[in-house]
Amino acid sequence: MRLSPDQLIYWQHGFFKLNATIVFTWMVILILIVGAKLITRNLTTEHKRSRWQNLLEIVVMAIVSQIKDVGLRNPKTYLSFLGTLFLFVAMSALCTIIPGYDPPTGSLSTTAALAICVLVAVPMFGIMDQGMKGYLKTYIEPTFIMLPFNLISEVSRTLALAVRLFGNMMSGAMIIGILLTITPFIFPIVMTLLGLLTGMVQAYIFSILAAVYIAAAVRTREPKLAPSTP
Amino acid sequence: MLIDWFTVAAQALNFLILVWLMKRYLYQPILHAIDARERRIADELADADKKKAEAKQERDDFEQKNAELDKQRASLLSKATEEAADERQRLIKAARKDADELSEKRATALQREQKTLHDEITSLAKQEVFAIARKTLSDLAGASLEERMSSVFAQRMRELDDETKSSLGEVLSSAPAVVRSAFDLPAEQRELIQKAINETFSADIKLSFETTPDLVSGIELSAGGQKVAWSIADYLASLEESVEELIKA
Repeated sequence: MRLSPDQLIYWQHGFFKLNATIVFTWMVILILIVGAKLITRNLTTEHKRSRWQNLLEIVVMAIVSQIKDVGLRNPKTYLSFLGTLFLFVAMSALCTIIPGYDPPTGSLSTTAALAICVLVAVPMFGIMDQGMKGYLKTYIEPTFIMLPFNLISEVSRTLALAVRLFGNMMSGAMIIGILLTITPFIFPIVMTLLGLLTGMVQAYIFSILAAVYIAAAVRTREPKLAPSTP
Repeated sequence: MLIDWFTVAAQALNFLILVWLMKRYLYQPILHAIDARERRIADELADADKKKAEAKQERDDFEQKNAELDKQRASLLSKATEEAADERQRLIKAARKDADELSEKRATALQREQKTLHDEITSLAKQEVFAIARKTLSDLAGASLEERMSSVFAQRMRELDDETKSSLGEVLSSAPAVVRSAFDLPAEQRELIQKAINETFSADIKLSFETTPDLVSGIELSAGGQKVAWSIADYLASLEESVEELIKA
């Protein structure tokens, strides 16, 4: 039984290989980019605008407002990263309605790659916001004893991110695969619907968690400001 | 092994490329479009506010002008009313003056007419009285009026009061005396008069007789600015009074 689309390899040359994960990822990327390009081609600033433009505006503004709700002061700075995380994971889940498709997020390699991106992005945004020294200082606060725990927390939450998404997506695909062998009709459809819902929820959870981590890295400066204000 | 590290690296790269592409093709254009629209709406709202303010300004101006016009009209109306009242007063005054003048003129005319009538009546009455007297005297005494007149004059001369007599006597002694009559006195009557005067003043007074038709049926004695007269005018005077009273009534 194939647990991950990584195992389906179309082409290999030494270390380089072209497996189903990468191919389906490209497909998702292609859908997202071509869709975005098609819609944004005819953007208008008039009061009357196309339905697709409306849809995209709603999606983008919803993401922006979510980022703001998490507590990030300048949401447009983080929009590209967090928005893309959400859209990629959501689109990967949505494409499960296409027969023969395996969600790339069902591969631990993909989720690990995303988690690593978050792992790198969090300190990066933190440093951008409060400088290298200021960010590194957050690891030894309130005392330097906290340093190992902070480091462990960084690694463990990255691992949790990767495994949570992988587990959910993989299990969805797995359940459908198993159900197809037992009851070929109706049930797989219901489960696909459930899978779609799970995929959307996971996309939301993944991106919100990333936003919270970034907010935590950025926001630590605020308590320092507090005493200065009367 | 669930994790394939090449795939991990490739997926990370894929994801980063996707981030860049999405930023390039989705977020930036959409955000720009939204920003542009918001700017446009803000501009339009500002424009609308400006237009509203302008409209308000214009309305205020209009209202002010209206009020000024109303005020002006009211003042013009009151001025016109005042002028009309003045004109009315002037016209009434002029009419009153005209009426006064007219009534005065009429009164004058009436007075003149009255006087004329009065004169006529007087003259007529004199003539009538004269005629009646003459007729009556001639009928009753069989003497002429002149005769009777002369005897009445002589009688008067005799009956003069003392004061007149003394003052006239002084004048008669120094100045020539003239007896005027409206008709030629016959010799007997001249004699009668001479005699009466002589007796009255107890002196021989030289008299000259003149005929003056202006004297209305009477005889007068004048000397040195003084005179004694008898004429029918005395009777006419009383008639005149009664006639005047009649006219006034």
